[in-house]
Amino acid sequence: MPIAYAPTTVPVVVDDVKCIADKGCTVCVDVCPLDVLRISDLTGKAYMKYDECWYCMPCETDCPTGAVTVNIPYLLR
Amino acid sequence: MDEIKQGLSEIECDVLVIGGGTAGPMAAYKAKRRNPKARVVLLEKANVKRSGAIAMGMDGLNNAVVPGFATPEQYTKEITIANDGICDQAPVYKYASRCFDVIQELDSFGIKFQKTENGDFDVKKVHHLGSYVLPMPNGETVKKALYRQLRREKVLISNRYMATRLLTAKDGRIAGVIAVNTRSAEFLVLRAKTVILCTGAAGRLGLPQSGYLWGTYENATNSGDGYAMAYHAGAGLANIECYQINPLIKDYNGPACAYVAGPFGAYTANSEGNRFIECDYWSGQMMQEFYNELQSGKGPVFLKLNHLHSDTVGQIEAVLHKVERPSRGRFHENRGTNYREKMIEMHISEIGLCSGHSASGVFVDEFARTTVTGLYSAGDMASVPHNYMLGAFTNGAVAGEHAVDFAAEVDVPDYDRDDVVREQERVLAPTQRDDGIPPNQLEYKARRLVNDYLQPPKVTAKMQIGQARLAEVRDDLDNAMVVRDSHELMRALEVSSILDCADMAAYASLFRTESRWGLYHNRVDYPEKNEEDWFCHSILSKRDGRMTAEKRAVEPYLVPIDESERDAYDRQRIRQHA
Ligand SMILES: Cc1cc2nc3c(=O)[nH]c(=O)nc-3n(C[C@H](O)[C@H](O)[C@H](O)COP(=O)(O)OP(=O)(O)OC[C@H]3O[C@@H](n4cnc5c(N)ncnc54)[C@H](O)[C@@H]3O)c2cc1C
Ligand code: SF4
Ligand code: SF4
Repeated sequence: MPIAYAPTTVPVVVDDVKCIADKGCTVCVDVCPLDVLRISDLTGKAYMKYDECWYCMPCETDCPTGAVTVNIPYLLR
Repeated sequence: MDEIKQGLSEIECDVLVIGGGTAGPMAAYKAKRRNPKARVVLLEKANVKRSGAIAMGMDGLNNAVVPGFATPEQYTKEITIANDGICDQAPVYKYASRCFDVIQELDSFGIKFQKTENGDFDVKKVHHLGSYVLPMPNGETVKKALYRQLRREKVLISNRYMATRLLTAKDGRIAGVIAVNTRSAEFLVLRAKTVILCTGAAGRLGLPQSGYLWGTYENATNSGDGYAMAYHAGAGLANIECYQINPLIKDYNGPACAYVAGPFGAYTANSEGNRFIECDYWSGQMMQEFYNELQSGKGPVFLKLNHLHSDTVGQIEAVLHKVERPSRGRFHENRGTNYREKMIEMHISEIGLCSGHSASGVFVDEFARTTVTGLYSAGDMASVPHNYMLGAFTNGAVAGEHAVDFAAEVDVPDYDRDDVVREQERVLAPTQRDDGIPPNQLEYKARRLVNDYLQPPKVTAKMQIGQARLAEVRDDLDNAMVVRDSHELMRALEVSSILDCADMAAYASLFRTESRWGLYHNRVDYPEKNEEDWFCHSILSKRDGRMTAEKRAVEPYLVPIDESERDAYDRQRIRQHA
């Protein structure tokens, strides 16, 4: 049986202008307990790859440039 | 990152701590302090810097035994009564006697505890009988302070490794663990003289009402792997039927919050704005009254703060919206709910297994020893009831010290290489399929079945249907699950732990044919407490490849409980006014 993707709006957003992942930063990826953030090969910026967020906020708190915003996942809003 | 690679390495150590949340770092730190020559490794599925229940910090100590406010005897008594008598008091008493030293040690790490103007600890009364709650004004610094100590002591840290199965020697002694890298699927065998399991609660068992898999009360990394590993290694697990269920804000997984808002005058109310429980301290008996009110015409249940002065609410918000669950303010902002204006709707959480808040855990004695030689456990997953954060620290310390002493006297046991081969096959099986069911669907279904059939009130026939349906999911897990990258592989392994925990929850619940611990083990077809037959622990374990359960006597009390005090926690409901 083929696997389909179910689209979801992810709670964590990264401001590409502020993100300095292209200068080597990986802080948010490193600290996330659920390990759901990655640096995009395409844009060189951090993004939420897996929609498995505990909305706990280390990513936002520890980001050196204030690029990350954690929103409440839609199902809970 | 995330592609599946082949690889197998092996390392050796004296003390291996699994889980770097709260209990784990303290265990590793204490082991290393006691014997600086020992090789101590801390293995963590996430990153020790920001992992576990205290990833962002903690609002306060829920169970501090501070001289001048309470004695170890009083605390031991309170917890024994709160836990409906089923309590080996030695580990509780030990915790109560040692925890003040741990508070002072945490203080020396830079973690502050609230003091009054006179310089005394500002302990609050939340429990039914005594005063044990101590706020932490800089609670957001806990994890950082702990991490600094680990670096200073040069504890070896392995992040992003998920432990999957314990290794045992021929004589049954613990020999180490097998772990999988969550970003590459490479294997690591860690041989060890002693292992301390600190992997937290089984928090991803029930499905939150919202349907969001990750909206759990517990840090969602805690999928019950430690319970599953202990079980497969042959350790006994105590009172698994005594579930964890917590009162939370509806749709938001933050505590709601007896310990923070209660001391300021907030309380749990029904839709008429009236109190209905005497005491907001979390116990199964309290949860039963909460549940009854939810189901009644006076439901739902609310957190009431709107009678308080706006500045007081501001003080409460400064804690609730900043420290342990800092996204809470955003949740309320989105909903347009303000504590000052209206009562805030509450609900009960999904079910989990946890001793930190309840009493379901891997059986341990007062030295944090499990029933497997060389295997220790501390924190939420070890059977010391209601031990919360300070219990995780204190019992972590107990475990670390005992384990490092034990390690000094023994060799690294040998293990069977075939066990590793078999585990590699089990772990990688879903990566060999091109087609099948992804782990998230299996997880959703398993946890939905947990809600439908295993959640209290527990009904025998329903639980049996639940067992049969969960067996179908396990069959799919074994034969049809497909995994495409190493991240998904971690999720797949977690589903396997979740299924193990669900099986244990059902089995243990069916074993105990009485009702006890209020809502936690409310068996509708055995509605009464039966002291004659069931004043005992239930111990679940794996024997000859099968799940079994047996009774184990409660150790004679060190602190006697008077007949008249025994049911103090049964009197939770406020008497109706005429
Ligand atoms: C939201 C919330 C609020 C709380 N508030 C309070 C409070 O105010 N006061 C209080 O006293 N207590 C509070 N508690 C309880 C307290 O935080 C816990 O009892 C305590 O922190 C548990 O510690 P632990 O070490 O057992 O688990 P955790 O701190 O959760 O650590 C478990 C660790 O194990 C890791 N792990 C899991 N599986 C594996 C695996 N297979 N391999 C490797 N690593 C693994 C996890 O990533 C995690 O880091 C709260 C708990 C929660 C969830
Ligand atoms: S921490 Fe901030 S700057 Fe660094 S990679 Fe993440 S978003 Fe970018
Ligand atoms: S909020 Fe927590 S779980 Fe979500 S991306 Fe940030 S660190 Fe990860």
